[in-house]
Amino acid sequence: MIETMEQANTEVNSDTSILKVHNLNVHAGEHHIIKNINLEIPKNKITVLLGPSGCGKTTLLKCMNKLTDLYKELKVSGNIYIEDDDILNTSTNLPVLRQKMGLLSQRPFPLPVSIFKNVAYGLKLKGIRDKKLINYSVEKHLRETGLWNEVKDRLHDPATSLSIGQQQRLCLARGLAVKPRIILADEPTSSLDPTSSKIIENRFRDLKKQYTIILVTHVLRQAVRLADNVVFMYYGEIIEQGKPEDLFNNPETEKLRKYMLDGN
Amino acid sequence: MVTALVIILLLPLFIGVGLYLKASPLFEHQSLLNLITTTEWLPHEGKFGFWPFIASSLYVTLLAFLFSAPVCLLAAIYLTEFSSNRLIRIMHPVIDILAGLPSVIYGVWGILVIVPFVSDLLVPAVNTKSSGYTIMAGGIVLAVMCIPYILNMIIEVFRTVPVGLKEASLSLGATSWESVKHVVVRKSYPGIISAFGLGIAKAFGETIAVMMVVGNMVQAKFNPFEAGYPLPALIANNYGEMLSIPMYDSALMFAALLLLVIILIINLIFRYFIYKTRAR
Amino acid sequence: MNQRKILEEKLFKFLSGFAAYSLIAILAFIIVIIFLKGFNSLSWEMIFKTPKGGYYYGGEGGVLNAIIGSLYIALGATFIAILIGMPAALYINVHLIRQKRTQNTIRYFLDALWGIPSIVYGAFGFTLMLYLGMNASLLAGIITVALLITPIVVRTFDEVLNTIPIGLHEAGLALGSTKAETGFKILFKQGFPGFITSVLLAFGRGIGDAASVLFTAGYTDLIPVNLDEPAATLPLAIFFQLGSPIPEVRERAFAAAAILTIIILIISLGARIISKRYSKSNIK
Repeated sequence: MIETMEQANTEVNSDTSILKVHNLNVHAGEHHIIKNINLEIPKNKITVLLGPSGCGKTTLLKCMNKLTDLYKELKVSGNIYIEDDDILNTSTNLPVLRQKMGLLSQRPFPLPVSIFKNVAYGLKLKGIRDKKLINYSVEKHLRETGLWNEVKDRLHDPATSLSIGQQQRLCLARGLAVKPRIILADEPTSSLDPTSSKIIENRFRDLKKQYTIILVTHVLRQAVRLADNVVFMYYGEIIEQGKPEDLFNNPETEKLRKYMLDGN
Repeated sequence: MVTALVIILLLPLFIGVGLYLKASPLFEHQSLLNLITTTEWLPHEGKFGFWPFIASSLYVTLLAFLFSAPVCLLAAIYLTEFSSNRLIRIMHPVIDILAGLPSVIYGVWGILVIVPFVSDLLVPAVNTKSSGYTIMAGGIVLAVMCIPYILNMIIEVFRTVPVGLKEASLSLGATSWESVKHVVVRKSYPGIISAFGLGIAKAFGETIAVMMVVGNMVQAKFNPFEAGYPLPALIANNYGEMLSIPMYDSALMFAALLLLVIILIINLIFRYFIYKTRAR
Repeated sequence: MNQRKILEEKLFKFLSGFAAYSLIAILAFIIVIIFLKGFNSLSWEMIFKTPKGGYYYGGEGGVLNAIIGSLYIALGATFIAILIGMPAALYINVHLIRQKRTQNTIRYFLDALWGIPSIVYGAFGFTLMLYLGMNASLLAGIITVALLITPIVVRTFDEVLNTIPIGLHEAGLALGSTKAETGFKILFKQGFPGFITSVLLAFGRGIGDAASVLFTAGYTDLIPVNLDEPAATLPLAIFFQLGSPIPEVRERAFAAAAILTIIILIISLGARIISKRYSKSNIK
């Protein structure tokens, strides 16, 4: 049984953590959204950020690839190390560092181009022009997300002609095409029907062999299904973290207990 | 209340019909095609070729578009993607005021600043002679007048691009400029085109400011450093003699009718475009 | 590869920033020039006296004729525009609240109307004038300008009313008021600051527009006493006197330009301040 925060951290060996959050604070005007968070994400596991709406889990996720730059009201301080590079305090390497992580959002956001070009976008940004390589990569990653057979005959149709479930898988394929180490997933199944959700969840189980996945969700059952490591947050702080069996069978804090009761 | 609305909506119809009735004597002597394409403008002899005026209008509008379009696009990009909130707050009243300044004020500024600019700086640079009262001056002044309108529309269009799309692009490793280029602008194509179209429509109808700097000489030449005579200026300059020469008033009303029809059509087309894309 | 990207980004950030800031510079430039030229000739005499000796040749006196004329026309036209425009806007937002499609179609046509240039209104006004046997006069000017600015009042007021949540209508209807009552009392109260803004904008347009009054209001040194007399306007005062061979007359033109610019500045900034201040007390 996990007694303290320190024990939880030592369970996750620093040598196998791929992302380290250090003294992260985020303010939006007067509100202190993220309160001095320290966190280590283990490699090749699915880490679930869990908590009620507004607890800051999405903000935390967005800090990890510095998307907070898009939100001018947010003031971010601290360090986030992606394999030794601090993404919060680097300027020139930012796009390259961001490519180490892939993003999957709550709603699919296909780029306003064809299916093919969506997946090829990341490669184009890297400057790759070799057509064979691009074709190969597009096919490989569409297969990886189980989309290839459904779209191989209409690769040049606009991405918006796909169903929402397919679009989300397209976004996943697109993200994987830049060969990230980490997948950041922000409630990726919340706008999908149960079948598409199941497909994505199954993909995640396969993908974790090669990638590290950080999944934000407010659905307790999804956490139970997928997580190797759970981080429970409440109003900008980490309340409990550890293996799902430990947390859910023996919740330490009242907050987590209450959350589990409400969630079921 | 209904009557009020109906009156307002039927207004362009009333105007169109009124102008048409006034212009109809013209059609007895020349066909529509003839009126629009010939270049002889001799009111005393009853010859009314509108082409030089139409051409001047087109030319001045084209120049205004070429000058204002890139400025608007770039400024809109900066204001929505790269600038601080403070700048945006300052820009709102600036754009409002630029849009609210009367045409005649732009005309005064044009005479004081742009005309000498053209005659002293631009003309020697291309080795011709000119008084400065040219199509070029008209184009520049008109460009400045159109900028606030086009800019506001483009900013609105950019704001409809969902943040999630920009997030997606950035996470794939794009720089913020690349995201703007590939995603924001790309997604906004229809809106941008509409903004340009509506700006062009407005430019086409601008009267006073252009009139004050464009020289007002009837000719259809290609040189932008020559004087021109756009359609609105034709109407405004000659209303005094309108009634003394037979059919002159019909001719001027026809010019007004032409303007009405052209601009209404451009507006209807591009606004339809906007409504369609907004519905999506 | 990376170097080129960074350069490209820097280049465009610079260009776009330059474009944005240059707009501020252009506005400042315009205002400064107008004021520089106009302030020298701005005096109590200029504002409160009419021109003497003929407006084109006589060097004495001021531009009071134009100031008053413009005010008369703008006020008259705005009054008519409100009379017609306000009920129209209310109608769109109250009676048609459920018919989104009709609403949108009407708005589409109104927007197209907004695009008609003022010279067309001027030409039409002139035609109307002749047809009705009127002379170039204050009344003709008022009517023409009213035609010009009514679409502005309708559309801007409509935009404001559009942002008022449907719930407010329904609450009103539920409490038993008729559609007309709901229209006037509830919507109008909520939309009042927006109403003021649209009136200000229309007024500003009405006072600054030259092409619509060019044929219809005439021009004179005198201040019109009744509707049948011609009226001078600030824009035309500038337009006609700017090209005079006599420097004093030109001075009057510049002074009129400065006055007109000040009026527009007050209106634009005033409209913005009002809409900002009252948007805080609005129900979201």
